[in-house]
Order: sequence, then C-alpha cells, then structure tokens
Amino acid sequence: MDPRIGTALIVLVGVPAVLIGYIYGTELLLRTLPERLKPKVRPWLWLLPALAFLFVFLIYPTIGTIIRSFRDKLDESFVGFANYQQFASSDVTLTALRNNILWVIFLTLFCVGVGMLIAILVDRVRYESFAKGVIFLPLAISAVAAGVIWKFMFDYQPPGQPQTGTMNAFIGLLGVAPVPWLQNDTLALNTFALIGVMAWMWTGFAMVIISASLKSISAELLEAARVDGANEWQVFRGIVFPLLLPTIAVVSTTMIITALKAFDVVYTMTGGNFNTDVVANLMYKQISFGDFGFASAIAVVLLLAIIPIMLVNVRRFQAQEAIR
Amino acid sequence: MATVTFEHVTKKYGDVLAVNDLNLEIRDGEFMVLVGPSGCGKTTSLRMIAGLEEISDGTLRIGDRVVNDVAPKDRDIAMVFQSYALYPHMTVRDNLAFGLKLRKVPKADIEKRVQEAAGILDLGRLLARKPKELSGGQRQRVALGRAIVREPAVFLMDEPLSNLDAKLRVQTRAEIARLHQRLKTTIVYVTHDQVEAMTMGTRIAVMSEGLLQQVGTPQELYDMPVNRFVAGFIGSPAMNFLDVTVTSGPDGPTLVANDVTIPVPPRFRQMVGDAAGRHYIAGIRPEHLDIGQATSDDASMTATADVVEYLGNEELLHLTAAGQDIVAIVDAENRVTPGDKLSMVIPLDKVQLFDPESGLQLGAQRTAVAAA
Repeated sequence: MDPRIGTALIVLVGVPAVLIGYIYGTELLLRTLPERLKPKVRPWLWLLPALAFLFVFLIYPTIGTIIRSFRDKLDESFVGFANYQQFASSDVTLTALRNNILWVIFLTLFCVGVGMLIAILVDRVRYESFAKGVIFLPLAISAVAAGVIWKFMFDYQPPGQPQTGTMNAFIGLLGVAPVPWLQNDTLALNTFALIGVMAWMWTGFAMVIISASLKSISAELLEAARVDGANEWQVFRGIVFPLLLPTIAVVSTTMIITALKAFDVVYTMTGGNFNTDVVANLMYKQISFGDFGFASAIAVVLLLAIIPIMLVNVRRFQAQEAIR
Repeated sequence: MATVTFEHVTKKYGDVLAVNDLNLEIRDGEFMVLVGPSGCGKTTSLRMIAGLEEISDGTLRIGDRVVNDVAPKDRDIAMVFQSYALYPHMTVRDNLAFGLKLRKVPKADIEKRVQEAAGILDLGRLLARKPKELSGGQRQRVALGRAIVREPAVFLMDEPLSNLDAKLRVQTRAEIARLHQRLKTTIVYVTHDQVEAMTMGTRIAVMSEGLLQQVGTPQELYDMPVNRFVAGFIGSPAMNFLDVTVTSGPDGPTLVANDVTIPVPPRFRQMVGDAAGRHYIAGIRPEHLDIGQATSDDASMTATADVVEYLGNEELLHLTAAGQDIVAIVDAENRVTPGDKLSMVIPLDKVQLFDPESGLQLGAQRTAVAAA
C-alpha cells in the first residue's frame, strides 16, 4: 500500500479530531474558571488556533524577510542598507518601479472607469446578467493562462510573413503593418499591452462590485432629482456618482494593490524583458539568482507601498459598516 | 400656480390597465386628494403628472400646456415622495438647494429661499445635518421643504405621511393643510387613508381598479356617495349595508330584511315605486344609528349587542340585527353590555339605497361616475 494513503488518512481524521479535541479541551478548562471570567477568556481560546496560524505563516516570515533584507546574498552577515541602496540606484529596479507606477495608474483608471461605465449601461438593458457574466468571465481564468492566451494574441511575425497573432492579423486586414506589441517599448507600448491583459481580467470584477452598489441606490432618489430639475448627466454627477464613491474607493484600492502585485502576466508574456519588468517579477528573479538579501529588500519595499493603501481600504470598510 | 387636466388618460402596463380613461380637472389652487385602496391607480396618476410614468393614451395638461412628452424637469412641479427620497450624501441645506442650483438661481436668492422654507418648517437648527441624523418627522419636513423652495406650479405628494407614527401624522396633516392655505398652490395629494382625504382635501377623487369613481368635496362624498364603493370607503367605521327587499305594506312600500322593516325614505319613493320583490342594498352609517324609540320620521330595529368597544366619549357597538352584522356608534353614557337587546333608531333621511347589481346609488348623478 502506498504510504501516502496512510498519511492522507491521518490528515483526514487527525486534523478534525485535533480541532474537536481542542474545542472540547478549552470548554473543560473554562469550567474550572469563575463565571465572571468565562466570557472574557472564551473568545481568545477560540481565536487562538487562527492567531497561531497567522503568526507562524504570516507574521514570523514577514519579520524574517525584514531581517533578511539587511543581510547579504547568502544570509551570512548584516550589510546595513546596502540592498536598499542597490534598489534605489540600479536602472533595472527603477524601470520596474516606473512600470509599477504605470500599472497602478492605468490599470486602476481603466478597470474602475470602464467597470463603472459598463455597470451603468447594463443596468438599463434586459440581458444584463448575461452581459455581466461574459465580462466577469475572464477573472475565472488563471492569470498564467490569460498570459499564454494573450501571448498568442499579440504574436508578431516580420512583415511579409503570415501573421498568426490575432491583433496583427486584424490590423493587417486594415492594411496596417504588424506591430511587435510585446517587444516595442516606445512610449511603454509593451507595458500597456500587459496592463491591457490584466484590465481584460479585472474590469469585470470592478463592474460587478460597482453594479451591486448602483442597485442599492433607490430609484426614488433618481426620480426626485429628475423632478428637482436634473437632466441625466446631472443626476449622475449630483446623485449617483457621490453615492458610488465609497464603493469606487474600495474597488480602486483593491485595483492598486493588484497592480502593485502584478507578476503572472509579466512573467508569462515577456519575462520582464524589453523594459516591461515589474517589482514582483524582479523579486522573483533575484530569488532564482540566489540573492535572498536583495529579494527580501524588494519584498519589503512592495509591502511598504501596499500598507498605506490597505489601511485606507480597512478604514473605508469600517466607515461603510458604521453607516449600515 | 396652475390647473392640471386629465383628458381620457389611460395607462397600460402590458395588458394591465392601471388607469382607465381618467377625466379629471384639478383647479388652480385646489388641494385635490386622490384616494383609493392600493392598486387603484392613484399613484400612477400622480406619477403621470410628474412625468415619471409615460401616458399610454389621452392628454394631460398642466395649465394650458400639453405635457405628455415633457420631461419631469421641465414641468415646473415638485414632488414629495413616500420614502422622502432625501439625498443621503447632502446636508439638509444642500438637499433644499439642489433644485435651485440646477436652475442656476443666484446664490443669495437660494440662501434666502432656503432660510424662508427652513423658517416655515422649523428646520433652522437642522440645516447642517445629513438626513441619517434626522428623525422620521424631521426628514418628512425636509422633503416638504425641498418642494417648497422650488416655488413650483403644482405640488405632488405621494403618501407623505405613511411613514410617520399616528401622533405625528395628525400633527403633520394640519401642517400641510396650513401650508396650503399659506402658499395657495395647487396640491395633488395621494393617500389610501380616507381620514387624510376627508380632513385635507378641497375636493377628493375616489379611485378603484383604475377607474375614477367620484369627485367631490368631502361633504358631497359623505352625504351622497354615487355608489356602494365610495359609500363604504368614505367614513370610519365603514357604512353598514343591509340586503333589503321591497314589500307592499298598508302605508305603502317598505324595505324588509328579516324582522326589520324600514319605510322607503321619502326621497327614494318615486324611484322605488311599487316594485314589490325587488332587492336593494340599504346603507346606514354607524354614527347615524342611535338607541331609542322611533318617531314617525324614523324606523327602528331590535338588535343584540355582541361586542362593546368603550372609547371614552362614545361606544362602538357590534350588533346583530336582521341576521346581519351592524356597527353603531352611540353615546358612552348608554353603558351597553354585551348581550343587551337594544332598540335602534334609523333616521330615514340618512338611509341610502344602492342597486345590488351596478352598486350605484338610486338617483345618483350618472355624470359624476366614471364609465364602468
């Protein structure tokens, strides 16, 4: 018998048994406590396993990474801020940083803008759920698969050769010369092509969330504004948009974080070549080069960039909960 | 200020007739109440005036202008919604000013009108607050204020009191009536509550199943309802209806229901004639019944008290008479107890007679009734 079957059985039976045993044990323990203390202690005992996992798998590695970022390639001695200096001075990292800024601005603007537009437009048609389903669908595809699909779509052959890439075949029909979408970095064209792939995936997400928020605006509010003298644009500017703002803020921060973390699409489509690298891919490359100190420094920079946005997101969320 | 005129206005949703051939003229400065049970078409009619519902057929005028195809913003109307529909992200001040800003009214003018409306409705202290920081009654006043500042030709109000508690409703009812006396603007007011209709309306339009049943002053509707629907809808508690048969008696035809005999009231005598055996429905309001002995102008019936509801100044009696349930309101000093056998006086001049098939009151003016 394969020994792995035994392991699987132990996991299947053992993990639930340990959890049930833990809960049972805590309740036994609680019985010995005075009545007054019980409600104070019980939530902590129930939370303890989750907190333990969080510590072992999140907080401990984060601290480890921060320490690593101040050490050398092979984790042998402290090098102070050398890794950060390298980050701030190398052309490669600065290009990646510039690209990430492009990602943050354009991915967010596109997804939120177009997502909102579609949400408003489909709100007025009968085939709404079908249209929303189709636009949401790409998000169900893994980013790696999307990258591979779009790599074929953006494929380039020299002029005169048959164009196998969908985009170049299409513009060829219009008589336009083929464009090396993923190789041409004039005006960061290739980076924008990559951002476009990610936007194709994430616009549906923004649209679904904004659409839900749009539906929660009472029709009477819009009618009141129309009777008050507003035309459709003024209804949108004066009533709909301000009421969507909290949701747009949440979606925007989510998109900013997604843009900062961008990796899979870049890795599969260009591998970061032709000046399309982003910070996350750079970090991955440093790990494969064996420079753990520099990779950790990049990870810390990324973390520091994300934390303030995360805080805004949590604040927003709490404020919205408070309104309810 | 303006009139509102419905000419053969019809509203269809697919095959469903929400409003059927409505003809109604709302006069300049009038407080017109559209009243009826839910689904009667009153709110649809109001929304057609607002321009929030398209008109399937017929002509709607505000003043002399046909407004069938005019956008809501160009109709010079203001509306108070049942849910108030206050803009949640704006302060009370901005809620009031929104419509004026859109019309590019000068800033100083806006401020003056907002202050004026706030003064009338006692909103002065609340101007900086957001709607969610207001009580239900305060929100209601803001909704009214938003309509007032616009100084529109017509106010439209869609059940504005239905979200208030009973005490506040009575208070606001008077406030709106006072507002109307002060502004003298045409108001079209929709409610399902006949008490609101009776207390506030200059005239009332009673609707049922998309059809206008009767238009008239509160007193006209109360004294001379054109049909059984209006008779039963106006007045609280509702009018009693007795199935009666015309029978020839020594003193002329009488109306008989089991052991109860009512002489045909003088004003119906000619119409009923000698048609012995014909069925009618006799209507008598609870407040017109009294305990006592009949004089020559009245009829009487014996009744058994089933339930007595003591209300302080009066008693609401649930009686059985002629094998049917009858409600009467009498002076509380009668101190009726359940099981008492009572002699009830029916004043003949208050009795109404309805045709059992058409539901029409005998001799009612056909012109006041919508084509059924």
